[in-house]
Amino acid sequence: MGASVNLTGKDLTCVRGGRLVFQSLSFQVAAGSVLVLRGPNGSGKSSLLRLVAGFQPPAEGAFLWDDRPVAEDRDGHRARITYAGHLDAVKPALSVTESLQFWARLGSKGDPPVADALDRWGLGAIADLPGAYLSAGQRKRLNLARLSLSTSRLWLLDEPTVSLDDSAVDTLMGVISDHQADGGSAIIATHTDLALKATDTLSLEPYTVSQMEPPS
Amino acid sequence: MTGFMHLVRRDIRLAMRQGSGTYWTLMFFLLTITLFPLGVGPEQAILGRIATGVVWVAALLAAMLSLDRLFQADYEDGSLELLALAPVPMEIIVLAKCTAHWITTGLPLAIASPIMGMMLNMDPAGFLILAGGMLLGTPVLSLIGAIGASLTVGVRRGGVLLSLLVLPLYVPTLIFGVIAVDEGVNGLGAQPHLLLLTAMLLGAIALAPWASAAALRLNME
Repeated sequence: MGASVNLTGKDLTCVRGGRLVFQSLSFQVAAGSVLVLRGPNGSGKSSLLRLVAGFQPPAEGAFLWDDRPVAEDRDGHRARITYAGHLDAVKPALSVTESLQFWARLGSKGDPPVADALDRWGLGAIADLPGAYLSAGQRKRLNLARLSLSTSRLWLLDEPTVSLDDSAVDTLMGVISDHQADGGSAIIATHTDLALKATDTLSLEPYTVSQMEPPS
Repeated sequence: MTGFMHLVRRDIRLAMRQGSGTYWTLMFFLLTITLFPLGVGPEQAILGRIATGVVWVAALLAAMLSLDRLFQADYEDGSLELLALAPVPMEIIVLAKCTAHWITTGLPLAIASPIMGMMLNMDPAGFLILAGGMLLGTPVLSLIGAIGASLTVGVRRGGVLLSLLVLPLYVPTLIFGVIAVDEGVNGLGAQPHLLLLTAMLLGAIALAPWASAAALRLNME
């Protein structure tokens, strides 16, 4: 890759609900590259994304951004990331446009080009429909449409292709490629193959604790 | 600051569209108060004496009704996580949600309170003090309620637990709100009690968002 390293995770250990999920995990994400997280269900892909997002501090280890500890600058770190998890954050009572407009305005100053983003994600025709009437795929598209308006350097995507149709997956790949071309990076947890350039794969299986314990 | 306004506007819009929460809160307020003449009996002297207390207690209960959804809806659909990652501090987000909650529940209750007082044969000299005390006291209810709501955000059907946590903390607001009217009507002056309510409001604005934001962060782990 050769590009500068953006985010580094060092010797990370994650404990959730009193259970050790993974330990001694280290990784790097370079500017313009994508890190794909792989591993069976429960191996800690979502947990790792939540650690990076800062919802939970790692039990051990630390994150570095350009060699500076993330823990020293939480506000700056929050501004660097855009997170799209399993939940789509779609309000039943808000229309598609209102929903995206709210998230875009909360994240940036000025008036973001919401209509363009909706068209790109194939939501232009239902821009006035309340969230309550959207299908699972449409809700996912609406959530991911935030990416088109995002100015963050690092995207954290938790199984973004779930319930998307082929054309929406193509859109997603296009949006991520544009982001990479701008020097942005992403960490994506997924079970499907992504048609992306400059990807590294991190398999979580060797770090999960069940693999480390000797068989009884 | 713009983030604050966007969130306030979104929450008011949601409250207005989703079964018009304001209307239900007001109806609950009205119905609870109408129960008292039925239970206590129609004697005007007794009703007049208990009127202030009844209006305040009904307002506490009405404000509490909508509290359990204050953060829970956002928690369940993932909005809270995105709000937590927004470039707006969590404390400001809590403050914005409390503001929207107050505008859609506390403010209408305060405006309606003199009419409820009238229904219970309250001394007309106390109407303005009642409404003024409510205007100062209902934001305190929203702010203290936010702490309880964020602590119970992960609990399914946490409404009862929320009431147990929050109602004892509402007692000072209730006491000073009621005493202000009584002393004002008796010519002793409502001002000290209204000033105390103001102090509580300022204290709640300064402290509640921090407590609530900390509880929300814990619940998102």
